[in-house]
Amino acid sequence: MRIVVLLVVVLAIVGCGKHADEELLVSAAASLTNAFGAMEIAFEEKHPETDVVLNLGGSASLREQILEGAPVDVFASANGSNMDQVVADEETFGEPRVFTVNLLQIAVPAGNPARVAGLEDFADEELLIGLCAEGVPCGDFAREVLANAGITPSIDTNEPDVRALLTKVEAGELDAAITYVTDVASVGGRVDGVEIPDAVNVAAEYPIAVLVRAADHGTAGAFIDFVLSQEGQAIMSEFGFTSP
Amino acid sequence: MTDRRVSQRPPVPILLLGGLGLALFVVPLFGLLWRAPWSDIPGLIGSPIVTEALGLSLVASLSATIISFLFGVPLAWLLARVEFPGRRLVRGLVLLPLVLPPVVGGAALLFALGRRGVIGGPLYELTGLVLPFSIWGVVFATTFVAMPFLVITVEGALRNLDQRYEGAAASLGAGRWTVLRRVTLPMIGPSVTAGLVLTWARAFGEFGATITFAGNLPGRTQTLPLAVFVALESDRAVAVAISLLMVVVSLAVLITLRERWWKFL
Repeated sequence: MRIVVLLVVVLAIVGCGKHADEELLVSAAASLTNAFGAMEIAFEEKHPETDVVLNLGGSASLREQILEGAPVDVFASANGSNMDQVVADEETFGEPRVFTVNLLQIAVPAGNPARVAGLEDFADEELLIGLCAEGVPCGDFAREVLANAGITPSIDTNEPDVRALLTKVEAGELDAAITYVTDVASVGGRVDGVEIPDAVNVAAEYPIAVLVRAADHGTAGAFIDFVLSQEGQAIMSEFGFTSP
Repeated sequence: MTDRRVSQRPPVPILLLGGLGLALFVVPLFGLLWRAPWSDIPGLIGSPIVTEALGLSLVASLSATIISFLFGVPLAWLLARVEFPGRRLVRGLVLLPLVLPPVVGGAALLFALGRRGVIGGPLYELTGLVLPFSIWGVVFATTFVAMPFLVITVEGALRNLDQRYEGAAASLGAGRWTVLRRVTLPMIGPSVTAGLVLTWARAFGEFGATITFAGNLPGRTQTLPLAVFVALESDRAVAVAISLLMVVVSLAVLITLRERWWKFL
């Protein structure tokens, strides 16, 4: 019995410790990995009492975590529809705001060994082609771009998020994929970009919002204000994003 | 009442802690049942995306089990019966996939056996064979993750086996091959079966190594666990239906073979 009592006490202490922290849990789309890494450092410099913790993943997975009650403070999604579902479940505190825009680009292994010239190569069955899965923003946008160009792709894999997709391009296992401009920039040199014509390209708008369950709505709001500030936008553009 | 017998009732703390332990396994299942769209389930499970994934899962997990048997039993025999330098290291290497995150295993496979990999590169140059994004990739990834279950089970059985039986058979004139076939294998048979069942079950549920190494394409590499993952992004009812299907199939197999495994594992 004493063991049980001890266990209860230990659990209580651990539980209390959690509340004492000034943690700000930010769930951010995988494509924001590097930009929000820099954002975290810059924000913590200004707010030393706050410890920003990044929870990075596919926007759909992040949405699912939030809808299942994860104690997240801020949600930065790579598309509107995942945010819309969070809004529909009344999980957001205040209106979501578009904080950045990302264009799409064709990603090929360094040196472009398969000599991919443009979107029309995505119909080539000989090539190994990857997209993000449907439901994942980069997957939905990529399909929109291909539909705009009137191309039916011959897909070999639907990856769970943009990082997983990029890893396979980087390893040379895929001949071509559609990712964000920022992703190609982020791996500098190991992946080359092939432009998508503006006429068919899609601008992905990223919304951000404070969540109802946030421990401290003030701190969460301050983080979003910082992202939208001139300083925050400068960080975003460093990583290839454009201001809305 | 002078003789104090050992009570049949278990001590309360053990009952309590054991019950909590059980809850850890049962509660998530309960969550699944809670969310299940019962009336739609037959239709959801009958949809082509699910039946295709089920077929692929069965083919891949059974292939992985057969391959594990072909290579895993000899490997277990070597580990149990042959003294060689670095045996502990080799045993560690064999067990590594049990503790490694499957995604790491999948990435390692990709770098080794992919089109540009150390071995996959020359293989591709020579034969044009590409393992990733094919059913072979799925079989490879699941075998990598599942085979250790067979090797440890069989190795344990071989080490516990009384070697005097084999000695007796040999002294009666049986050749080495006959001893192996007629004495050793029948005696460790139940453990081999238990190991095979575990291997199959692990292969059937494999996700991380598969999606990392073989990718995810319906009809080609999308097994049931991958279909669940994709469905979670788009249609949660389908995800829950597939999850239930996996629970039922796995549980049925594990319970059917319970007797053997209770005794020998």
